[in-house]
Amino acid sequence: MNFAVVTFPGSNCDNDLYYAVKDALGENCTMVSSNEDSLDKYNVILIPGGFSFGDYLRSGAIANLAPIMKSIKQAANDGKIIVGICNGFQILTESNLLPGSLIKNNNMQFVSAWEKINVQNNNSVFTNQYQKEESINLPVAHGEGHYYCDQKTLKELKANKQIIFTYKDNPNGSVDDIAGITNKQGNILGMMPHPERAVEKILGSKDGLRLFQSILKSHVRS
Amino acid sequence: MLKEHMEPTPEDIKNKKLYIDMGLSEYEYDLIVNKLIHRLPNYTEIGLYSGMWSEHCSYKNSKQILKKFWSDGSRVIQGPGEGAGVLDINDNQAVVFKAESHNHPSFVEPYEGAATGVGGIIRDIFSMGAKPIASLDSLRFGNLSKPRNRFLLNQVVSGIAGYGNCIGIPTVGGEISFDDTYDGNPLVNVMCVGIMDKKDLAVGQSKGLGNSIIYVGAKTGRDGINGATFASSQFSKEEESDRSAVQVGDPFMEKLLVDACLDIIKNHSDILIGIQDMGAAGIVSSSAEMAAKANSGVNLNLDLVPKREQGMTPYEIMLSESQERMLLCVKQGHEQEVINIFNEYNLNAITIGNVNDDGKYRLSFKNKLVCDIPTNSLVDDVPEYKHPVIKPERLLNTSDDFIPKIDNSYETLLKILSQPTIASKENIYRQYDSRVQANTVLAPGSDAAVVRVRHTNKSLSMTTDCNSRYIYLDPYIGGQIAFAEAARNIVASGGKPIGITDCLNFGNPDDADSYYSMDQSVAGMSEACKLFDAPVIGGNVSLYNETDGNAIYPTPMVGMVGLIENNKNITTQDAKDADDLVYLIGNTYDDFNGSQIQKMLKHKISGRINHFSLKEEYKNQNIIHHVIKNQLVKSVHDISEGGLGVALVESLFTNNLGFSGKTKISKEQLFSETQSRFVVTVSETNQENFEKLIKDNAELIGYTTNNNQIKMQLNNGILSGDMAKLKKAWKEGLD
Amino acid sequence: MYLAKLYVTHKPSILDPQGEAIKNALHNLKFQNVSSITQGKYFEMKLDNDNKKDAEQIVKDACKELLVNQNMETYHYDIKEV
Repeated sequence: MNFAVVTFPGSNCDNDLYYAVKDALGENCTMVSSNEDSLDKYNVILIPGGFSFGDYLRSGAIANLAPIMKSIKQAANDGKIIVGICNGFQILTESNLLPGSLIKNNNMQFVSAWEKINVQNNNSVFTNQYQKEESINLPVAHGEGHYYCDQKTLKELKANKQIIFTYKDNPNGSVDDIAGITNKQGNILGMMPHPERAVEKILGSKDGLRLFQSILKSHVRS
Repeated sequence: MLKEHMEPTPEDIKNKKLYIDMGLSEYEYDLIVNKLIHRLPNYTEIGLYSGMWSEHCSYKNSKQILKKFWSDGSRVIQGPGEGAGVLDINDNQAVVFKAESHNHPSFVEPYEGAATGVGGIIRDIFSMGAKPIASLDSLRFGNLSKPRNRFLLNQVVSGIAGYGNCIGIPTVGGEISFDDTYDGNPLVNVMCVGIMDKKDLAVGQSKGLGNSIIYVGAKTGRDGINGATFASSQFSKEEESDRSAVQVGDPFMEKLLVDACLDIIKNHSDILIGIQDMGAAGIVSSSAEMAAKANSGVNLNLDLVPKREQGMTPYEIMLSESQERMLLCVKQGHEQEVINIFNEYNLNAITIGNVNDDGKYRLSFKNKLVCDIPTNSLVDDVPEYKHPVIKPERLLNTSDDFIPKIDNSYETLLKILSQPTIASKENIYRQYDSRVQANTVLAPGSDAAVVRVRHTNKSLSMTTDCNSRYIYLDPYIGGQIAFAEAARNIVASGGKPIGITDCLNFGNPDDADSYYSMDQSVAGMSEACKLFDAPVIGGNVSLYNETDGNAIYPTPMVGMVGLIENNKNITTQDAKDADDLVYLIGNTYDDFNGSQIQKMLKHKISGRINHFSLKEEYKNQNIIHHVIKNQLVKSVHDISEGGLGVALVESLFTNNLGFSGKTKISKEQLFSETQSRFVVTVSETNQENFEKLIKDNAELIGYTTNNNQIKMQLNNGILSGDMAKLKKAWKEGLD
Repeated sequence: MYLAKLYVTHKPSILDPQGEAIKNALHNLKFQNVSSITQGKYFEMKLDNDNKKDAEQIVKDACKELLVNQNMETYHYDIKEV
């Protein structure tokens, strides 16, 4: 299976994702610059964390103008699997591939900590290797991770089971403790916690690895 | 724009002694005129000397002392003198690290001062060819009851987080303490660690006639011009004006610089002659040092330097301390190749000059030669000043040893845990991304940070340390203890110290007390370095840390790196389970002089530092290393400020454990800060093997419990009470 | 009652990385004529004063004491009676 990690100027979790896929999962992985304009060769597209273009203006706003975004939108329409983590999540909401937006944490401070994450939906292509309602350990590290959407959107997210992950102890003020959501079709995931930082015992948790294994499993099935 | 025409003439400079305001003495001016250039220097030239001959660039006041540092050892690949020191860590890999102070800029503008401090030290690391993998911060502030100090703390922490988080280098550790001595003079010392393949080692040099000097990165503005003389009096006037010399960091630009420079160093070493960052004294220091190192000279065309502002003079261009800039020397004919690589990373690069063969430092500006002096006169001809080493009076008088009076040891422990210096720093380090790069094994909150080396079975452990109260009371022993404490942290995490960097934060060197303290603490540190085979491979000096003539406590910060040869040796300070045995390693004496308990009860410190022995320290650390290697301990925590009482409960907090036991020491000694001690936990099944190994070097003081209570029989009383209350006091001490 | 509209921006001599990044993004969107851009802060402040002079003094003092980092920022304001 071929994974792509899209790197924007200022991405800083791109290598971590690459190693998670290559070493921990054992699949092919390629770094693709945001200046490129095709993602045809890849089954799964990963958008890493970091501070794309310094996150100046708004997180993810300038990244949304990069050439690669056309291909990402195409891939989204084609039903390819796309995962945006942290800044990647922010880019996906800025580009309207996912609903809502990510705003400053409630206490206005950056937060870096381990969080207990509840798996709300284990039927998605991203979570089929988790138990329903399982509590997993993943690190978060963000200054703008407060997920915000209006009531109508929230209702839809709930009705369609698009809320995949929630925080046990909400660190940023997110609506309904939301830590990760998918689009309606279920092929795009955006999440603030970092599964790629939790793929080996020595790093403190292997709970993130099963997210990548879930993607692999659903690909094999389909 | 008219400024250049208003520049003083060489005669004005001489007659009005304008060089004095620029930080040069009459003696130094005469030396330049009579011995080095044999004519009167113009304004640009004297500006270059003032920058290059400043303490920050030349170490003219501290060189005599720095020579005392021991910098040998089998692992040393590069000692002091380059951007950063380099040590062999086996497998054809090397670790590169250095610490630097950014004290004054952080006082003036704390957010940007701290941020640009982080940015500067990172450039020192990657310019050697190493990928930065971690940074640490050693911070000192005055009492938090003053709003200004609280403001400085919050802003400095935000600045470190703002820069470090964005650039994607984990902030894995450091230390913060508080004392009135830093009121009006906070210390912000930043350390960065990188790793590299040995073959990728780069150097800061320019040589080979006709080879090109390439400028990369941010444009040059009027930032921090004459940073050395950037005094607060000057500043108050600036507030009102529309101009400012504050340096602003751009971590996004620096991220691009790291990636691009490492690409060139790794993949284009055949055309790269040298690379260096533009730090203090900007273009002049980087270009002159690179040339002087190879005994060559350079011609630079200042019209080609990218500028952010109009009308900049040669003086301003050369001495600007704009951030995120690098200088490269590249083989003639290959300039475009290098420029293209930078462009791919969205960075601007341009050739601004070339290497000459007559050793001159020549600058042209608007088709005029504005500087023509020997390059090595800027770098190598700086006078070195010897100051007399005289023991100050305050250290000649012996004062009485302090012994605290403790009525209720639980209440005292509760109080000491809530002192800002002792209290949990979680609210601060939660703001630092400590796990980016996915290599962090132990993040802030343990004795030392541990970062594994990917694709190997080894890790690096790292820490910063310095208890300036001990150094104030006894510079020589205090210097040894600064080293010993750092080493204890490294050993507790499962490593062995392999080298150190230092930031020597002191007052005015003309003040006998300051100079003596610096001389003696360096001598003490150096002796420890030798015994532990952990050389000094770099660092910096920050003098004149004083307000209204009152110097800070001498604070020679030690930044130490250790090697953990096998990841199974990684050990944390947290007790893991109930019913494990708890041992105290090392002897406990009445050591209260300079202690936290003395400060808390008496609001000042006094006395001498007794009972410390480097040999004892070395022996106890070896014992710990041995029991860790043999997998006999479940946790190890070093004992430092606050003594056994604090260390023991700290190791119980994370897993909400309790303790029950009995010890030979007194309720007063619970707070003694005798050095060379650890508290460890051992499972019952390992008791026999553990005790066989440690012989009589440890005391079994009790066992961990599940009941979240602490109960400890002391030789003259009992420590007893609720653990949750202690934890709350410790957690909220900084609020 | 007065309404003050306050604009806080970097002093012109200060590096403004945000402005640079936004300018470059605009250039990539074909707005090449944008030769510089500065990102700042905007405040609206209502003042219970009868006298314009007093209201202005409060605006200035508030800027000095809190709203503006005088090391790096500068400001201007418009004020009108409401």
